Amino acid sequence: MDVFIQTIVSGILIGGIYSMIGIGMTLIMGVMGIINLAHGQLMMVAMYITFVMAHFFHVDPYLSLLVAMPALFLLGAFIQKTLLNPLIKVESILPENQVLMTVGIGMVLTEIARFIFSSDYKTVKTSYSSSAIFIGKISFNVPMCIAFGFALFFTALLFWFLLKTDLGRSIRATAQDSEAATLMGINSSRITVITFGIGSALVAAAGVLLMPIFYLFPDIGGAFTLKAFVITILGGLGSTVGAIVGGIVLGVAESLGATYIGMGYKEMVGFVIFVLVLIFLPGGLKRLTKI
Amino acid sequence: MLKVDSINVAYGDLQVLWDVSFEVREGEIVVLVGANGAGKSTTLKTISSLLKPMSGTIEFEGQRLDKLPPNKIIEQGVVHIPEGRRLFPDMTVEENLIMGSLYGEAKKKRYQTMEYAYELFPRLKERRKQLAGTLSGGEQQMLAVGRGVMSLPRLMMFDEPSLGLSPLLVQDIFSLVKKVNQEGVTVLLVEQNVNQTLSMCHRAYVLENGRITLSGTGDELMANQHVKEAYLGI
Ligand SMILES: Nc1ncnc2c1ncn2[C@@H]1O[C@H](COP(=O)(O)OP(=O)(O)OP(=O)(O)O)[C@@H](O)[C@H]1O
Ligand SMILES: [Mg+2]
Repeated sequence: MDVFIQTIVSGILIGGIYSMIGIGMTLIMGVMGIINLAHGQLMMVAMYITFVMAHFFHVDPYLSLLVAMPALFLLGAFIQKTLLNPLIKVESILPENQVLMTVGIGMVLTEIARFIFSSDYKTVKTSYSSSAIFIGKISFNVPMCIAFGFALFFTALLFWFLLKTDLGRSIRATAQDSEAATLMGINSSRITVITFGIGSALVAAAGVLLMPIFYLFPDIGGAFTLKAFVITILGGLGSTVGAIVGGIVLGVAESLGATYIGMGYKEMVGFVIFVLVLIFLPGGLKRLTKI
Repeated sequence: MLKVDSINVAYGDLQVLWDVSFEVREGEIVVLVGANGAGKSTTLKTISSLLKPMSGTIEFEGQRLDKLPPNKIIEQGVVHIPEGRRLFPDMTVEENLIMGSLYGEAKKKRYQTMEYAYELFPRLKERRKQLAGTLSGGEQQMLAVGRGVMSLPRLMMFDEPSLGLSPLLVQDIFSLVKKVNQEGVTVLLVEQNVNQTLSMCHRAYVLENGRITLSGTGDELMANQHVKEAYLGI
């Protein structure tokens, strides 16, 4: 029983971070109607920023949030403005080609990272990296708990922004009916730039928070792009609430898979869920939650 | 106030408007009638700058609208209430109203104007926390008009507001259009409901196959033989 509870606890903690990764992708999906297949690679960039800050300037990883999030906001906004938006204007290019463009961007980011940092594994060790709090027999890994707390905070902040500010409402309006949003005075290409920036900043936060726990290497991005993709499908394309639930479900499922099937099968669990959702719940959790 | 001067508009290679010219003067209700596919919505979309004319100009109070990007039109005081309402379905009634008042003066007076919109449509006030997508057709049309009113427009363009409404609600919507007009808003109304709109407007234009074929006061057009045969079924 303890093992089971422990498994669930770990799953929920990592799931909180997955949620944040998934929300970023789902926001972009909602507004632009495309899957951003460079999402994990953007996270990788944020992780290298954290690594450089810690390794060369001895900055605590959590403080790096203040650098990595704005930096990735700008990088994301730049990508949307200069690489993706111009594709929309060319009529002969299908929207699907924006997706191919994101694949290319992901590859370029990965190879740049490999060029600068080589393929070696990097870590950021902190004094609290492997510390844990025990409640009964259940252990709570400290960096995981901190990460979960931050994830809750950023998610709440995002929801406040989307629900209570004009800019946030404009993002939702553009996702729901872009032409009507234009008639209301919203500059939709500016909204896409801001949304891509926000999605990138969120996945950057996830990367920074994972840094004390994970190894870092240039190809780590691909695995997280796939996770984000699974979460987005699971949650229902464009659904932020769905992405939160989807992230937690994926975290718990992976954790169960690692404990009861074997560490090596952890990644596979995500794809099994992915396929099951496509077969039995096309449309994802959005079909159930309606938002 | 609004001057549309010989615009030619095409979707890709397919031209749908040919040398369309008309004018709306301050304080008027002007109706543009025409059959399905005549180009009525296309005309409004071009005024809103969603489509660019191949040639011709559109001026509002001396300002060239065709030179502006579509998101700048509402700030000029021109609001377009599109065909099929086009609300934000997953936003509440109140949020939809807010979306009409994102900029400038309208934003400053947002909650004041909202009270006015709720006076016009008490139904919306009762339902202000309800998602727009779950409103009835009539309520959705009220909300679409309310959202337009929120922008403090000087010219309101309605694209078939009576579409899909019961005869009773159609009456309501038209008396609302009149009411808005009496409070000082100029109206450009696109309709297929020829009988009722011709009797309430100041002037009207008939659009056929992308060309303006007739114009005059409502009474003049009602008396016109061609209008009688083609649109009034007399
Ligand atoms: N996006 C588009 N692409 C290509 N052709 C279009 C497009 N929108 C409209 N058309 C064509 O342009 C013509 C005019 O259409 P428009 O929507 O302006 O007509 P309308 O007068 O508003 O008709 P309705 O009363 O049915 O709304 C039609 O022949 C239509 O098929
Ligand atoms: Mg039409």
